[in-house]
Amino acid sequence: MITISKVGGIALLLAAATPALAQQGDAERGGTSAVVCVACHQADGMGMNIPGGESWPRLAGMNADYLAKQLHDFKSGDRENMTMMPFANMLSDQQIADVAAYYAEMASWPELPTAYHAADPNKEGEWLAERGDWEDSTFIPACNQCHGPNGQGVGTTFPPLAGQHAGYIKNQLNAWREGTRHNDPNELMVGIAKRLSDEQVELIAEYYAELPESLAAADAQEQQEDAK
Amino acid sequence: MKLRNPHLLTAAALMSALTISPALVAQDAASSDGEERDYQIQLPAPPEGEVTFQPPHERDLPDNQYGDMVRKGRDLFINTQSLRGKHVFNDQNCVNCHLDAGRLAHSAPMWAAFGVYPAYRGKNDKVNTLTDRMQGCFTYSMNGVPPEAGSEEIVALETYLHWLSTGAPINESLPGRSYPTLSEAEQEPDITRGAEVYAAQCAICHEDDGSGQQVGERWVFPPLWGDGAFNWGAGMHRVNTAANFIKANMPLGKPYSLTDQQAWDVAAFVNSHERPQDPRRRTMESLDETVDIYHNHMGFYGDEINGERLGEGDNYGENPTPSE
Repeated sequence: MITISKVGGIALLLAAATPALAQQGDAERGGTSAVVCVACHQADGMGMNIPGGESWPRLAGMNADYLAKQLHDFKSGDRENMTMMPFANMLSDQQIADVAAYYAEMASWPELPTAYHAADPNKEGEWLAERGDWEDSTFIPACNQCHGPNGQGVGTTFPPLAGQHAGYIKNQLNAWREGTRHNDPNELMVGIAKRLSDEQVELIAEYYAELPESLAAADAQEQQEDAK
Repeated sequence: MKLRNPHLLTAAALMSALTISPALVAQDAASSDGEERDYQIQLPAPPEGEVTFQPPHERDLPDNQYGDMVRKGRDLFINTQSLRGKHVFNDQNCVNCHLDAGRLAHSAPMWAAFGVYPAYRGKNDKVNTLTDRMQGCFTYSMNGVPPEAGSEEIVALETYLHWLSTGAPINESLPGRSYPTLSEAEQEPDITRGAEVYAAQCAICHEDDGSGQQVGERWVFPPLWGDGAFNWGAGMHRVNTAANFIKANMPLGKPYSLTDQQAWDVAAFVNSHERPQDPRRRTMESLDETVDIYHNHMGFYGDEINGERLGEGDNYGENPTPSE
């Protein structure tokens, strides 16, 4: 089996461009390795958000290739994280694939509507997510332009944002801005993150954390009105 | 590989009033057979200079019939796929080539286009109204069947463009119009080098085979070739147009990050793939004739690439009807 440490120069470049690491993971085995993850990411893989404090991301239902890449990047230091590095270092390439499969299969990420709807120009978070901020040469594309309709993620590269914890989203955007996270393929995220204001980071984090619930609430209200 | 240079045509009165980029001035000027038409002459390059125009914000849209029509046009512009099967027969939306819903400078913004029409276009050798121009987008970029003049679709789109252009001068080429014109490539655009750029910079979103990516029915990253892409008559199939667009707008969020040469090369790579037939081919005797009359520009239509001649055959993608 080809592991990332064995591939040559060109293949390494390709691996950097395509995060999908072709290593078959075994979810059952992954569960054994994942016992150390539970303290923060919780037994149900949903993570935890302590307002004003730590925020551990939801992993359940994330794409396995994406998760595997992150664990590799914690090891390599492309994603600098004092908490995660020692745990990632304990894992072999096979164990990384297994843990990734374990969390990917644990639950489904919430599926949100994909149909077009017009963004409300009076809601700043929604506007950033769906339309971006292109004024004054900020060149901030809409988050959904890469992360998909309602930020539910696209393929193996662009992780879901909707339903992720606000503190975690904020920490990641700030990690890119501060340079401690630099594992985005082709540096697609870093430039955008650096052009965001503090306020925009907050708006985006809150918008996506609440999105599955706010969509459900809006849907319920609509049905109620239809029933009248 | 053969890349044709755009011909020079002096007929357009508009040109004399505006700066013409050297890149548009070709060495092989007039055709010798007395045929004076040049179907490929483009509007002159946008002027240099700082972009000062700012379209209005949607939060200031009025709550009246005009505002509602603007919103309708905006929705069609962003989600042109709502016209799929009626006017659109590929996987594209207007916003793919006109970023930020047609607002972004150097991304062919609508506020800079609105005021330059009516204008003579060599593409169809007549003075085109804004409606004609938008119908052209449907025919080629959307591989579609254009909505009729005066139809709600056209009225909505025109109203959206009109609103975006609030305060913009009429009949004046504004800085930020179209895509910035790259200077001529130092090395001839090369498909092989372009393939490397594509694999490294573009495939992550648009996929190795150019097919793009979708979530549910929504296209997140549009196809760049194949049946879902713009057809062989669309402006974006020209290597120079695509290079200009790419340089200023791609990869998304990283404008001007590719070198000029990379932009030229990757544009050549993308546009050296098969895509829906040029609809004008329907009225032509042969591929050669279509090439001779309509394709005197930087493109690969009619060229042999990897043993296949591009534009051979009658694959019009999903488009079922002959265009006029």
